[in-house]
Amino acid sequence: MKYYSYFPGCSSEATAKGLGLSVQAIAKPLDMELMELEDWTCCGSTPYGSLDEREAILVAARNLALAEKTGLDLVTPCPSCFVTLYGANLHLKQHPQLMGEVNEALAVINLDYHGKVRVRQLIEVLFRDVTPEVIASKVKRPLNGLKVAPYYGCQMVRPDYGFDDPESPQSLDILVNNLGGEAVPYPLKNRCCGGSLIIPEEGLALSLIRKLLENAVENGAQCITTPCPLCQMNLDAYQGKVNSKFKTNYNLPVLFTSQLIGIALGIDPASLGLNTNIVSPSKVLDYISKVKQGVNSGT
Amino acid sequence: MEPRIGVYVCHCGSNIASTVDVEEVARFAQDLDSVVVARAYKFMCSEPGQQLIKDDIKDLGINRVVVASCSPTMHEPTFRRACYEAGVNPYLFEMANIREHCSWVTEDKQEATEKAKALVSAAVKRVYYHQPLQSREAPVNANTLVVGGGIAGIQAALKVADSEHKVYLVEREPSIGGHMAQLDKTFPTLDCSACILTPKMTLVGSHPYIELMTYSEVVEVSGYIGNFKVKIRKKARYVDEDKCTGCGLCQTKCPWKVDSEFEAGMGKRKAIYTPFPQAVPNIPVIDKEHCAYFLSGKCRVCEKFCEAKAIDFEQEDKIIEIEVGSIILATGFNVFNPTPIYQYGYGRLDNVITSLEFERIVNSSGPTDGNIVLKDGSTPESIAIIHCVGSRDEKYHEYCSRVCCMYSMKLAHLIKEHTEAEVYEFYIDIRSFGKGFEEFYNRVLNEGTIFIRSRPAEITNIAESPEEEGKLIIQFEDTLIGRQRRLPVDMVILSVALEPQPDAEAVARLFNISRSADGFFLERHPKLDPVTTMTDGIFVTGCCQSPKDIPDTVAQASAAAAEALAMISKGKVEIEAATAVINEKLCSGCQTCKLICPFSAISFDEEKEVCRVNEALCKGCGACVGGCPSDAISLNHFTNEQIVAQMEGMLV
Repeated sequence: MKYYSYFPGCSSEATAKGLGLSVQAIAKPLDMELMELEDWTCCGSTPYGSLDEREAILVAARNLALAEKTGLDLVTPCPSCFVTLYGANLHLKQHPQLMGEVNEALAVINLDYHGKVRVRQLIEVLFRDVTPEVIASKVKRPLNGLKVAPYYGCQMVRPDYGFDDPESPQSLDILVNNLGGEAVPYPLKNRCCGGSLIIPEEGLALSLIRKLLENAVENGAQCITTPCPLCQMNLDAYQGKVNSKFKTNYNLPVLFTSQLIGIALGIDPASLGLNTNIVSPSKVLDYISKVKQGVNSGT
Repeated sequence: MEPRIGVYVCHCGSNIASTVDVEEVARFAQDLDSVVVARAYKFMCSEPGQQLIKDDIKDLGINRVVVASCSPTMHEPTFRRACYEAGVNPYLFEMANIREHCSWVTEDKQEATEKAKALVSAAVKRVYYHQPLQSREAPVNANTLVVGGGIAGIQAALKVADSEHKVYLVEREPSIGGHMAQLDKTFPTLDCSACILTPKMTLVGSHPYIELMTYSEVVEVSGYIGNFKVKIRKKARYVDEDKCTGCGLCQTKCPWKVDSEFEAGMGKRKAIYTPFPQAVPNIPVIDKEHCAYFLSGKCRVCEKFCEAKAIDFEQEDKIIEIEVGSIILATGFNVFNPTPIYQYGYGRLDNVITSLEFERIVNSSGPTDGNIVLKDGSTPESIAIIHCVGSRDEKYHEYCSRVCCMYSMKLAHLIKEHTEAEVYEFYIDIRSFGKGFEEFYNRVLNEGTIFIRSRPAEITNIAESPEEEGKLIIQFEDTLIGRQRRLPVDMVILSVALEPQPDAEAVARLFNISRSADGFFLERHPKLDPVTTMTDGIFVTGCCQSPKDIPDTVAQASAAAAEALAMISKGKVEIEAATAVINEKLCSGCQTCKLICPFSAISFDEEKEVCRVNEALCKGCGACVGGCPSDAISLNHFTNEQIVAQMEGMLV
């Protein structure tokens, strides 16, 4: 069993319940103990940083200081939280003066930070600590060739964290294949989903989302998988709006990577929060069990 | 004679003196046992520096010398010669490397000075026990082996052979010519590549002093400078070279088609083939992997039509042994395969091709007869050329491939000459550094080629607007105007890097030479000794040493030929005196050393039942010394006494 300090991030408790639930559900079978960071708050997310970078770093530093006390790596399933916490951590380590100012502020609430935390994203932990091979060995319900478009989005691999190739990432492809699925070629795998633009610039964001859906379907995908709650929401919740705006007829389930892993590990759909997905993943589940039955009746 | 040691600490300008307190090191050395004089001087390798040593030998009776300066690979010969000229045996000299091993790799001045002292102390202790040795001379075999028959190998072979000395030219492909034979025009003068190359190829083929061995590979190298023994595998051609008239009928009649390597996969060849019509020798080979007879036992069409009865399916590989004095490696380069750069779509999107593939398309003897066409046969209206694909990219090759800017602009010129197409060059920097290169750049600019300073992010076929439909769209940041842009084009040419041959590592091992971090063969000195290697008698030239253009390659090949000819002309080489000696009184005749020796330098005297070292073959590696169970072997210049003293000095 490996122990981690766990930072769920706000999405996984609200708009992306499926993410939070599925991560918790797959942790134990994969020998991970995710210990939720006590009294965690907002990561200091992207919009905050663009208004006041120092304050945003301070918000992140509070979480980092809490994590430092645990002595464990800080793991988050949300690429957005990861970018914020990782970036703040790097800034603090590189700029002693900033660290001093931040510690002055943290002292008010009896906290201090020394730059010792390692911030990690869940996919990287699954890849490097658990390893795709071990995940494959624990698969109880192989995806039976389910065609999956692996969608990385922008934050998981950019900037270059030394984990996956920012221009041509492979980690999700490898994970999907190790679950018995088939990662289809997906040239737009790290193209923008529209991000927060879905609120102020809906038309623009919808056209970006449409392209991602179109490209996935063209390449034969039966579903999309992504670890990012913002990407997932845009692709999933706004599929209806894309359909009405562009007179299309997409009905493509968008699953969190942790949900897909959970399915393959044989975890029941409710524990993975599959009922919270907007486009029903029942097609995916039906396909996996149908193919399985087919194989069984054939033998 | 009681050792009287002189110590000379070099500033090497500021290379050593800025990190090491050289005066302090000299003061320290002055107090060491047997040291008569210790001096620090700006440049020990200079004439006045060497004169210091010579004067001290004369005036102070110095009989052992330590120079603390750079690496012995750099200047040991220099100082040994200075000692020799002043009447001291060159082996009574020792070098302490306080530059590469000390000043260049240490930041703290105190630490660096202490380390330099330790190195000097070690050298002083060691030189105390040095013995005078006599270096020996060996005759030089006047034959030369040239490996690789591209323009580098061709040039080197012709230069040596023109002096009426025998050259063996070994090429693994069925014909000589190399990459240059594949090119259309050459920059910046736009000479037709074949027109300037094929006459040289013909000369090689008919030269009385060149023995050309194509479809052959070196498999074993032994011996040493001046006296190499080389084994060459002559692969079975299945065509009798003496009988074949080169009529080509077999190639016309052969029913089996395969992707042509020469056409970079853009055209086909037969299972019996010469790579191209001007091949030298003009004798085909049968490609066993694709010949129906070898695969299924049926066909033999070529045999039926060959009037000269030259087809011989029974032929086998032959091992040929030759003896040569020097070896010139001209094994060339490989072009980078851009498939791993997924976002550029090579191999995935139609009409994304490499520069070498385009060379064949634009070549009038190529698969499209020189017509620039898309995969569907239509003529492109716009073509983008992307520079630095695989070069200047830490993920693939950090280095600049030196030729891509120029060949890319040459291709732009050829496109303009052949079509009405718009041409876009995506560059990071334009590196047009050679003679006539900048002028050529201006010419291409004036012809209307559009230069965009950008390394494109992606090439895609996913259109975002009606005018992008059916096109290849380049997504890029135009760094001159600071904007994200998209550009739809019909064809994309990837200007791919030059990289080491895939088997460069194996070849380096075969010839016992080193490679630099980029994988190319390592020259002895990047500036002052650019064609010799760390292994005496083996030279490197052309793109196997580093990416370079044709003029540089030809110049370097001539230099390699000059090195080989200098050896031949002198007729003898000096051989290192640091060889192993066997104390016959202690030798039990177990012959362990004989088994260990990688140079077959040890023989067994049946009568006396002891082993002996052949000094001409011994390279002084010391393997036998460690292997001898009776401690009967010692290595001259690396005796236990000397090594222990050196360690003692280091630890003081």
